[in-house]
Amino acid sequence: MSQADTQTGSPNGGPPEEDVDERIREVSSLRKALVRPELGSICGAVLVFVFFFLIARDSGMFSPEGILNWSVVSAQFAIIAVGACLLMIAGEFDLSVGSMIGFSGIIIALFSVTLGYPMWLAIIIAFVVALGIGWLNGYLVIRTGLPSFIVTLAFLYILRGLTIFIAIKTTNKTIIGGVRDAAEGDWLAAVFGGKIFKGLFVWLGDQGIISTFVAGNRAGEPVVDGIPMLIVWAIGLVIFGHILLTRTRFGNWIFAAGGDAQAARYTGVPVNRVKILMFMFTAFCATVFATCQVIEFGSAAADRGLLKEFEAIISVVIGGALLTGGYGSVVGAALGALIFGVVQQGLFFAGVESSLFRVFLGVILLLAVILNTYIRRTITGER
Amino acid sequence: MRRLIGCLLAGVFAVGSVVGLTVSAQAEGERFVLVSHAPDSDSWWNTIKNGLTLAGEHVGATVEYRNPPTGDIADMARIIEQAAASNPDGIITTLADADVLRGPIENAVAKGIPVIIINSGTPEQAADVGALMYVGQPEYDAGLAAGQRAKRDGIGSFLCVNHVVSNPVVGERCRGFADGLGVELGSSMIDSGQDPSEIKNKVKAYLAANPTTEAVLTLGPTSADPTIEALKENGMAGSLYFGTFDLGTEIVKGIKDGTIQWGIDQQPFLQAYLPVVVLANYKRYGVLPGNNINSGPGFVTKDALGKVEEFAGEYR
Repeated sequence: MSQADTQTGSPNGGPPEEDVDERIREVSSLRKALVRPELGSICGAVLVFVFFFLIARDSGMFSPEGILNWSVVSAQFAIIAVGACLLMIAGEFDLSVGSMIGFSGIIIALFSVTLGYPMWLAIIIAFVVALGIGWLNGYLVIRTGLPSFIVTLAFLYILRGLTIFIAIKTTNKTIIGGVRDAAEGDWLAAVFGGKIFKGLFVWLGDQGIISTFVAGNRAGEPVVDGIPMLIVWAIGLVIFGHILLTRTRFGNWIFAAGGDAQAARYTGVPVNRVKILMFMFTAFCATVFATCQVIEFGSAAADRGLLKEFEAIISVVIGGALLTGGYGSVVGAALGALIFGVVQQGLFFAGVESSLFRVFLGVILLLAVILNTYIRRTITGER
Repeated sequence: MRRLIGCLLAGVFAVGSVVGLTVSAQAEGERFVLVSHAPDSDSWWNTIKNGLTLAGEHVGATVEYRNPPTGDIADMARIIEQAAASNPDGIITTLADADVLRGPIENAVAKGIPVIIINSGTPEQAADVGALMYVGQPEYDAGLAAGQRAKRDGIGSFLCVNHVVSNPVVGERCRGFADGLGVELGSSMIDSGQDPSEIKNKVKAYLAANPTTEAVLTLGPTSADPTIEALKENGMAGSLYFGTFDLGTEIVKGIKDGTIQWGIDQQPFLQAYLPVVVLANYKRYGVLPGNNINSGPGFVTKDALGKVEEFAGEYR
């Protein structure tokens, strides 16, 4: 709450007073620029890149396809982290993100492949169903007053179980393939699974700036043939989330709802509506993730998205948000996702024994949280 | 607080520089990457890891083992893309879901990296994605052979305990077994999950609800070990016909004490060892065997347990 105020003025969104008020303490502009929720993750991101540049620069990690590799993984994390971040700032958790990814994927494959609907309709149906479940999540949390941790934990199991059940009942398999053929030429599928700037990359390949395939049907084509829409979605969602949170009245409501819901209600913030909308937004992000994945890989499987809810939360926490709500930043969460993705893929590039991966992840999480706590205490003056 | 952060940072960099050193020290010889679909929790893959390490030592190449921690095939696709981007001398990978993995594997092949498919997948799929060869056990055929064997032993119904229901290739074992018996698969395949106590209780519940079940088939140590426990607890151990895929310490014990009639050994050691040897020689001298290599199936019964027992869980 306090950070929101110093950044964006009063909760009503009015412009800050021009006259100097003796109640406002003077803060130097350098300090203002440095002391932000995302400072920790900015430092972390720089540190991680320096680290991997030192130990893995010869491994292909910073070649075009290497960059694409960890960018795509980071973008995946970022898409679900934006939703999780806004929800967490609003004071709630969603543990059903991972199951929602599997569920939405199966819905798309079911309607497009098994039932033969056009792809765009299947995608829209998946989004409508997901938003409905997000609404239900939020409604149950608000109406029962139970912690969202419990309610969404229930949906983690319900959705995963339903996903497997639906897949087995309709197709006798837990993987529904053939989505790629169904998506062929579909306008909405291209929005999720297409690539942009293809011409630029062909040109770069022809100029010898990026390497080309040497064998097979794709010989002569550049190894990176475009920017996947997945990355575009991630950047778009981050920008949307950042503007929503820091530049709009609704953003202040999100901070207020998470900081102290009761106090926010007294000042007229529609806390219930804000929280339910944030649950729906989280479900929306999960479905964006699922749609991109299903279109790219051409199949939906009932076990997709396992543990993704924690990966989203980890990204958000690395990005400086508080688990208790009311504090955080979307840009921080996006940087957290970048750190997570770069570390995950970078360890492979560095040739680190894969069983050590979780050890590194744990250390980085711990390090990020300690750094963030230190920064936050400096900002807010809490002890 | 500052000091703590300083210490942690120093620690990370210390570990990092040690890792960096080991990487540069191993940089001689070829580098091969093996990508599996197994989650961290699947102990069976340890044999693959050991076989891989041993082969690396024998041929003097650097070998790396990679897997998606949760067993998510979509994550595995990213790992293959990553492996290709790091320009290794060869990639050894499973083909657990051809839809998902086809693209990344074809791209690796197109980059000029030789690829060998092991374990999951079929010889046809391996050829289809442009791999050099397939090393493994054709799953449906192995299941069929097991089913025919069980039929000869007078079995007419069965329970299949599937702990990797998301992997359609492994499910083929159950389908093959059912076809070998000449019965419908129907609801005799259960999704047991990966958790031992969950598997144990699901098996007990199924057998209690379907007391006429004549045989149980497990698809690996993950489902076999808890099933052994379940049969011991409900008193059916030794009387219920019990066959399993793959070997492991508990399975070998089970074969020895008569709980398990036979184990199907697909000899995973060979699936990791042979591709490294093949790829190294292909890289060095351009020689390549003319066909796929079947690493299994072999039935392990009570009679031939010596070596198996000695190396179970390590190389067998």
